[in-house]
Amino acid sequence: MIVEAGLYMALAAALFLVGAFGLLLRRNALVMFMCIELMLNAVNLTLISAGRALNDLSGQVAVFFILVVAAAEVVVGLAIIVAIFRRRATASVDDLSELRG
Amino acid sequence: MAEPILFVLMALGSLAGAVTVVAARNPVYSAMGLLGTLFSVAVLYVLQLAHFVAAVQVIVYAGAVLTLFLFVIMLIGVDTSEDWDEKLPYQRAFVGGLAGLIALFAGALTLFGNFEWVPAATGTNLDSTNGTIHAIAELLFTDWVLAFEATALLLTIAAAGAIALAHYRRGQT
Repeated sequence: MIVEAGLYMALAAALFLVGAFGLLLRRNALVMFMCIELMLNAVNLTLISAGRALNDLSGQVAVFFILVVAAAEVVVGLAIIVAIFRRRATASVDDLSELRG
Repeated sequence: MAEPILFVLMALGSLAGAVTVVAARNPVYSAMGLLGTLFSVAVLYVLQLAHFVAAVQVIVYAGAVLTLFLFVIMLIGVDTSEDWDEKLPYQRAFVGGLAGLIALFAGALTLFGNFEWVPAATGTNLDSTNGTIHAIAELLFTDWVLAFEATALLLTIAAAGAIALAHYRRGQT
């Protein structure tokens, strides 16, 4: 017995929703970053289940590349958060609004 | 069979972790929730025969990325000040609309699981989607070798950029 791909994709949609929810509602830069990771994982899960439903390994290769890009993104993003914290001593994005247009 | 049982367990685990990430006051709890989600998603990968990706997920995400998060939380301190009372002029309405849309999407996916718009979705062929290291490497080093080299460059640039950001001193740009 096999779980249908649609169920995996529904779970991925729910995970993406929770991540988007957190990104919009939280003000702590670190937690917002974790929510972005949640959304990336949801998309990865979608790609894996689509690749399985289509009998194609390319989905897994794409997920591999997304993992690499996400790792690079985390490195740079956390470095930016630390640099901002050293200047402004805050991790709340509401206090960092002087770049707004 | 094991797959439906494991799917339900891991779906509940990943959703619980995700909700913990969003709802926890303490960023350390958020990181722990993220850890739970990442592990559950790795198990879901194994259920879908993506063995190599599951291993990479545990090593890179749960190992390296989460450790990095915890280190940064340690560096900038645990800020438990309330950030739910902030003025959010339009975000809450936006979240409501988004929730409705994605709930509709998820419901449609669940109800019409074997959708017609996937042309070749005719059951699963265990051989062609068995994501062992051998199978992944064959694709990675033939069709995707240019992208693979590009990721090496990307990682080098990211490391150099992180070092440059960490060396920043006030008054010197």
